Amino acid sequence: MRREIPLIITGVVGVGFLIQYFIPHAPFSYMSDWFSDWFSIVGACAIVLGALNLLKISAQKAIKRKKDWVYSLVIIASFLLIVIVGLLEGKDFRVAGTNFDWLYNYMYIPLSATMFAILAFFVASASYRAFRARNFEATLLLVAAFFVMLGRVPVGDVISNFMPEGWRLSNLASWVMNYPQSAGQRAIMIGIGLGIVSTSLRVILGIERSHIGGGK
Amino acid sequence: MSTKAKEILTLALIVVFCLVFYIRKVSGGEGIIFSPLVSWLVIAAMIISLLWVLVLTIKGRLISRRVVFVYVGIALALPLFMPFSQKIPISPEVQALYDSVKTLKPGSKVLISFDYDPPSAPELQPMAESFIRLCFERDLKVIIMGLWPQGPQQANMALEKVLSDDKMKAKNLKYGEDYVNLGFQTGNEFVIQRMGTSFESMFPTDYRGTSYDSLPLVRNVKNFSNIEYSFNLSAGFPGSVEWVQIAVDRYGVQLGLGNTAVQAPQMYTYLNAGQVTGILGGMNGGAEFESLCHYKGKATKYMLSQSFSHMIVIAFIIIGNVAYFLSGRKSALKKK
Amino acid sequence: MEHFSLWLAAFLTLGIISFLYKDNAWYKLTEAIFVGLSAGYWFVALFWDNFYGKFWIGKDEHLYLYVGAFLGLLMLLRLIPKIGWISRWPLSFIVGATSGLWLINYFSSNIMKQVQATIMPLFSTQYGAGFNAEPATIIGNLVIVFGTFTGLVYFFFSKEHKGAFGYTAKMGIWVIMITFGASFGYTVMSRMSLFIGRIDFLLGEWLGMIL
Repeated sequence: MRREIPLIITGVVGVGFLIQYFIPHAPFSYMSDWFSDWFSIVGACAIVLGALNLLKISAQKAIKRKKDWVYSLVIIASFLLIVIVGLLEGKDFRVAGTNFDWLYNYMYIPLSATMFAILAFFVASASYRAFRARNFEATLLLVAAFFVMLGRVPVGDVISNFMPEGWRLSNLASWVMNYPQSAGQRAIMIGIGLGIVSTSLRVILGIERSHIGGGK
Repeated sequence: MSTKAKEILTLALIVVFCLVFYIRKVSGGEGIIFSPLVSWLVIAAMIISLLWVLVLTIKGRLISRRVVFVYVGIALALPLFMPFSQKIPISPEVQALYDSVKTLKPGSKVLISFDYDPPSAPELQPMAESFIRLCFERDLKVIIMGLWPQGPQQANMALEKVLSDDKMKAKNLKYGEDYVNLGFQTGNEFVIQRMGTSFESMFPTDYRGTSYDSLPLVRNVKNFSNIEYSFNLSAGFPGSVEWVQIAVDRYGVQLGLGNTAVQAPQMYTYLNAGQVTGILGGMNGGAEFESLCHYKGKATKYMLSQSFSHMIVIAFIIIGNVAYFLSGRKSALKKK
Repeated sequence: MEHFSLWLAAFLTLGIISFLYKDNAWYKLTEAIFVGLSAGYWFVALFWDNFYGKFWIGKDEHLYLYVGAFLGLLMLLRLIPKIGWISRWPLSFIVGATSGLWLINYFSSNIMKQVQATIMPLFSTQYGAGFNAEPATIIGNLVIVFGTFTGLVYFFFSKEHKGAFGYTAKMGIWVIMITFGASFGYTVMSRMSLFIGRIDFLLGEWLGMIL
C-alpha cells in the first residue's frame, strides 16, 4: 500500500483538475479551490522542509568537523539571525524601517544581486574563448545575436543612422524578434508543450512513477 | 615581490581608494562627470587597447580571463561618468503596452504582480516605478501582490520612490483606497488559479495583516472579473508564462508583461498570438517605457553602460573569430 | 548607523566580486551568509504570509485548510528516516495537482493557441480583403508560418531527415539558430544589466563618485 496510495492520490488529484476545467461548477469547483489552497500550504511546507534540511546538513558538517565546517556555522548563524528578527517583527516585518527591512536592504540585496551580477563577466569571457563561427548555422546564430545586441541599445541607431528609417538596426532587431525569432520559439514551445502533456498524462495514469521513489 | 605580497598591496590600495572617496562624499563632494574630450579619449584608449588584444590573439596568445573581466568592468563603469545622452527608439511592443494602459478609464483597477527578487531589480525595478507612476498619473487604482516572497518588498521600495515625488504627494494618495499591497502567497500557478474564483481566499490579509474585507479598494474585488488590467513583472518561474496560461487564457484578463531580458524572447510568441497586450523586455524595455512616460529613471541612465558593454562583447567575439579564421588559413597554407 | 550599513553592504558585495580573481575565504564567508539569509528569508515570509494569514486570521468556513496543514506536516516527516516514506503522500498530491493543471494549461496556451496563431492570412490584414498588407508584414507572416512549420519538422525524429524532409528540417535548424542567437543577445543584455546595478551602488551610493 506504500506505493499504491500515492499513485491513487496522484491520479485522483490530477483527474480532479482536468474535470474542473471543463465543468467549473459545484462540486468540481470546490475540489479545484480546495486542492489549490492545500497546494499552497503543502508547497510552503516543502520549502520549510528544504530550510530545515539545510540546517540539519550544516549542523552535521560542523559537528563532524568536515572540510570548511566553519562556514556551516556561518550558514546556521545567518539563518537564525534573520528568522529571529523576522518572527519578532510581527506581520508587518516588511515595512520600511524595521530591522528585517534593514537586513533585506543591506545584507540580502547586496549578496543576492551580486551573486548573479558576476555572470556578466563570465558571459564575455566565454564568448571570447568559445564562440566561433565554425559553420553556417553558427554564423547565423552570431549574426542574429549581433543584430539584437546592437539593435536593442541606442548605439545601434547611431551606427546605422545613414540607413532609411525602417532599415535601422533597432527596426531590424524588432523585426527579427517579432518574426523569425518568434517562429523558432513557437516551434520549441509547441514541442515542449507536447512533451509536458504526454508526461503529465503518464504521471496521472500511473505509468510514470519516479516521483514515488525507489524502495518499499 | 611574491604573489601574496602583491595581493595584499592591491587590497590595501583598494581600501585606501575607497576610504578617500567615501570621506570625500561625506564631506560634501559631488559626483564626477568627465568632459566630452576626456570621454572621447577614454573611448579611443579602449579601442586602441582592443586592437592590441586582437594582435595578441592573432599571434595565438589568448588573453587571460581576468583581462577580459577588467575590460567588462571598465565598459560598465566608465560610461556612468560620461555626459553623453542617447535618443531611445521605441519598439512596437512597448508602445502597444503603453497604449493599452492609456485606454483605461480613471478609477480602473490594475493588478500588478511582482514576481522577481533583488538580482533582477536593475532590469525590473525601473519598469515597476514608471508603471506605478503612470497608473497614479492616470488615477488608476493599484493592487499589488507577489508570487515570489521578495516581490512585495520590492513593490514597497517602488511605491516609496514614486510617492516621494512632489507631483504624487500633491495627489494625496491613500493606502487602502488608492493602492494596496496584498503580499506574497506560495503555490505558484495555483495562486493564480485560486484567484480566478476568490482573491480573498488566497490573500485573507494584506502584507501588514489587515484583513481583506476591511480594505476599501479590494472589498468588492472578488476575482479577476473585477480587474480591468493586469501587469506582470517576472524574472522566471512562477511568472509570465503562468499568468498567460491561467489569467489570460482561462479568465480573460488583459495582461501586459515586464520581463527580464533572459525571459523576454519566449514571450514574443504570446504577443504574436494576441495573448498579451505588450512586452517590456529587459533594461532597454524599461528605458523605452520611461521615455514614453516622459520620465528619466535609472533604466535611461544605465543605457550608455549597456551600449558600451554590448560593444565590448561583440568586439571580443569578433577578435576571437578573426584570430580563429586567420589561424585556420595559416594551417591550410602550411599543409600545402 | 548609515555609515556602518553602507560599508557592510559594500563589504558583502566586494566579497562576492572577489571570486572573479579567485576562490578565497572572503567569498566563501559571504556565500555562506547568503545561503543562510536566503533560507531564513523564505522561512519568515512563509510563516507570516502563508501560515499566519490562513490559520490565525482564518474564519470558520476555512476549516478544510487543516487537511492541507495535515498534508504539510506529513511532508516534514521526511526529516525522520524511519517514517520518511509517509512524505510520498503529500509529494504525490503536489505531482498530481501540477500534472493535472499543466496538462490543460500547456495544451491550451502553448499548443492550441500557438497553432491557431500560426494559421494566419499571409497576404492580407483582413479576411477576404485581398492583397492589402505591407511587404514587411507579408514577409513576416510568411516567415512565421514556414519558420514554425520547419522548426517543428526538425524536432520530428521518428522519420530520417533525408530528401525533401531533410531539407525542410535543415531550414528549421536555421530558424532555430536565429532564435538561439536572439536569446544569446538578450542574455548578454540581461547579465550586463545586473552588474550595472551593482556598479551604481558601489560607485554611486557608497563612494559618491557618480550622480
